[in-house]
Amino acid sequence: MKLVYFAWVRERIGKSDEDLSCPEGVGDINALVDHLINLAEGYKNAFENRDKVKVAINQNHVNWDHPVKEGDEVAFFPPVTGG
Amino acid sequence: MHIKVQTDKFDGAEEISNIFGDRIDIGAVVSFTGYVRGDDGLTSMTLEHYPGMVEKMLGEIAKEAAKRWAIEDGVIIHRYGTLYPGDPIVFVGILSTHRGEAFEAACFLMDWLKTKAPFWKLEEKGKHKDWVEAKDKDNVATKQWE
Repeated sequence: MKLVYFAWVRERIGKSDEDLSCPEGVGDINALVDHLINLAEGYKNAFENRDKVKVAINQNHVNWDHPVKEGDEVAFFPPVTGG
Repeated sequence: MHIKVQTDKFDGAEEISNIFGDRIDIGAVVSFTGYVRGDDGLTSMTLEHYPGMVEKMLGEIAKEAAKRWAIEDGVIIHRYGTLYPGDPIVFVGILSTHRGEAFEAACFLMDWLKTKAPFWKLEEKGKHKDWVEAKDKDNVATKQWE
């Protein structure tokens, strides 16, 4: 799957995107982030308060309990502030 | 509905005139332009966006507006990149037969765009940089259309 990050989520993780093989046993966004926060400090900082991070899968807004699978584009970002 | 996501400055009047052409069935044009304000010490503002998803979301928002109101044509423009006080950021222009439809559709598009289109503002005040936080009142404004 492809992971993409924006705004302060991107800054805290330290990269704008990366490819990741869907880890074994990971079925939804929450489980994916449980996996990520063990990889490096940046993820822990970015996801310290999950309520403040929004998620999109394949460019659609979704909730944190949405399923993820191999091949998905998963985006993490703060609540949007355009307009 | 025409959708443009760009770094370039735009001229709202010209955008409207381009889609209005020589039509004689348009009774109402409503437009909104959002500008960067610098009255609170802001020196510049950088807009980050999610290429692809922004266009997709704006398309969905426009489609929803077209379902709800009789819109003859319209244009949505949103800029990204670094902008300065006085610069236009966003434009919504709606052409309709009657003003009621045009006013409501333009208001709806702005409300939905603010909470659904993936843009993020980084405010720069001199050397100090801060990501703008989403406002509750924008969520309330979005919900009123549900």
